[in-house]
Amino acid sequence: MSAILEVERLGRTFVAGAHTVRALDDITLSIERGECHAIVGESGSGKTTLGNIILGIHAPSDGRLNFNGIPLPDRRPRALRRAIQLVQQNPLSALNPRRSVGASVRLPIDVHELRPRAERNARVVELLREVDLDPRFARRPPRGLSGGERQRIAIARALAAEPELIVLDEPTSALDVLVQARVLDLLGRLRREHGLTYIFITHDLAVVRAIADRVSVFQRGRLVETGTVAEIFAAPRSAYTRELIGAIPVVTEEEARLRDQIRPPATTASAA
Amino acid sequence: MTAVPPPVLAIRDLRLAFRGAGGESEVLHGISLHVNAGEKVALVGESGSGKSVTARLAMGLLQGGRGVRVSGSILFTGIEIAGGGPEIARLRGTRVTMIFQDPTSALNPTFTIRDQFRRVLRSHNADLGAREADAIAEAGLADTQIDNPRRVLDSYAFQLSGGMNQRVMIAMALVSRPALLIADEPGTALDVTVQAATLKLMHDLTEKTGTAVLLISHNLGVVREFSDRVYVIYRGSMVEHGTTGQLFRDPRHPYTRALLSAVPRIIGGGLPRIPERSPEFASPLVVHPGCGEPGERRAA
Repeated sequence: MSAILEVERLGRTFVAGAHTVRALDDITLSIERGECHAIVGESGSGKTTLGNIILGIHAPSDGRLNFNGIPLPDRRPRALRRAIQLVQQNPLSALNPRRSVGASVRLPIDVHELRPRAERNARVVELLREVDLDPRFARRPPRGLSGGERQRIAIARALAAEPELIVLDEPTSALDVLVQARVLDLLGRLRREHGLTYIFITHDLAVVRAIADRVSVFQRGRLVETGTVAEIFAAPRSAYTRELIGAIPVVTEEEARLRDQIRPPATTASAA
Repeated sequence: MTAVPPPVLAIRDLRLAFRGAGGESEVLHGISLHVNAGEKVALVGESGSGKSVTARLAMGLLQGGRGVRVSGSILFTGIEIAGGGPEIARLRGTRVTMIFQDPTSALNPTFTIRDQFRRVLRSHNADLGAREADAIAEAGLADTQIDNPRRVLDSYAFQLSGGMNQRVMIAMALVSRPALLIADEPGTALDVTVQAATLKLMHDLTEKTGTAVLLISHNLGVVREFSDRVYVIYRGSMVEHGTTGQLFRDPRHPYTRALLSAVPRIIGGGLPRIPERSPEFASPLVVHPGCGEPGERRAA
């Protein structure tokens, strides 16, 4: 395996008046090409800040990022902006309400001039089919679509840019469980078919277990543990990871037994 | 035979429709459920299932609204409230209380926690002095394992963390020792560890006060750990009713089975391909042995 993205001693400090917040501190990790790498943490863990730095929305305060072995500049040239795409948690606010679904999906194709002009509408139809949506969705506004439909459109729009890496920031957290299962299934299929790499930001370790290859656990801006998903669930090393697994609501006896073996004694009550 | 006490909440054949410009649309199609004294009952469904409007009707919050049509019966401690009226308005906040998904936005931002506690306590007992009210509030907060109740009483909601506000909400909801607490997705807006702690706390405190709970949730995992009995609702109709053990060991309705299989498992194995919709999901209500509505005969 080769690394598509290397994060080296990355740090980010936010300053607000007299307060400074160290949102990320000394983060080193490597994302392998083709993997789904989960970034797990609770609010304030720095997981979204890391995503924003990878996307070029924020610049790091220290450390650096290599993409395909080449340092990523703070101001990203167009080709790099295309190669790394984002799918957010709330797809309604991510889609322009005044633009039809088709126009939203077409925008990255136009911006990056990815196909001959005459083929672009056909490409939009193809992308909608890829995410299991009827091509007639192209003419509709985002208003009135279900959460699952909007998230499929956001995924189609990310695919339209023909990226190598997609940052998925809590992509299914706002969805019902049946819809979540279908969207996760779709994401898995697209990754295999297109050889994509995912950085999957989430607070939900059960979702991580279902779809990720490796996982990095963040707490208050620091990386506390990284490993394969199987390793982390079999033998979590940090107390915080144990606490996170211990807080997952489960639906079977078998899972409850596993979780209760992992759960550290009497920590959940003091967690708040 | 000993006399069975009547349920705290008994909903029967409840229908709810909204009239709008496009005509009338029915969102509850004749549902029945009950909660016995001290019991923890869950109502599980996805968005649009009607679970939250059921909770609002049980609080008397939708009745009398423009374009709202309610039929059927909602008995709260034996009092009919399906038509709304002054009785439920008097009971709400003291005999039946509610906690919400996002505690910080549910608390009033312009009053201190102390003022809000005083208002709750005085609506229960108008003669209560400020000092007595504060003492009760302080004891209530201490019960939720808040270390410094006085500091919290002097705070505004925005000065406290989400987890702390959730404790304040729970303390406020239980301070009048209500017969019924309705909890609508409590803590889902909070971190997983805080949510787990919140549910544990709510479970333990309602055991102590003998308060019955109607837990509204889309998360079957939460329900399994919290409740004694479960109703599953799909698009305005009940589809399955059983004890928590029955429902999780032996889910019978196709929709319940789909919901259960869609939950990612921490033992791994990925996710099965399940439809978001299926005509099977509309198949009739399954009631597990021993679980019928009061007065309704079911084989044990």
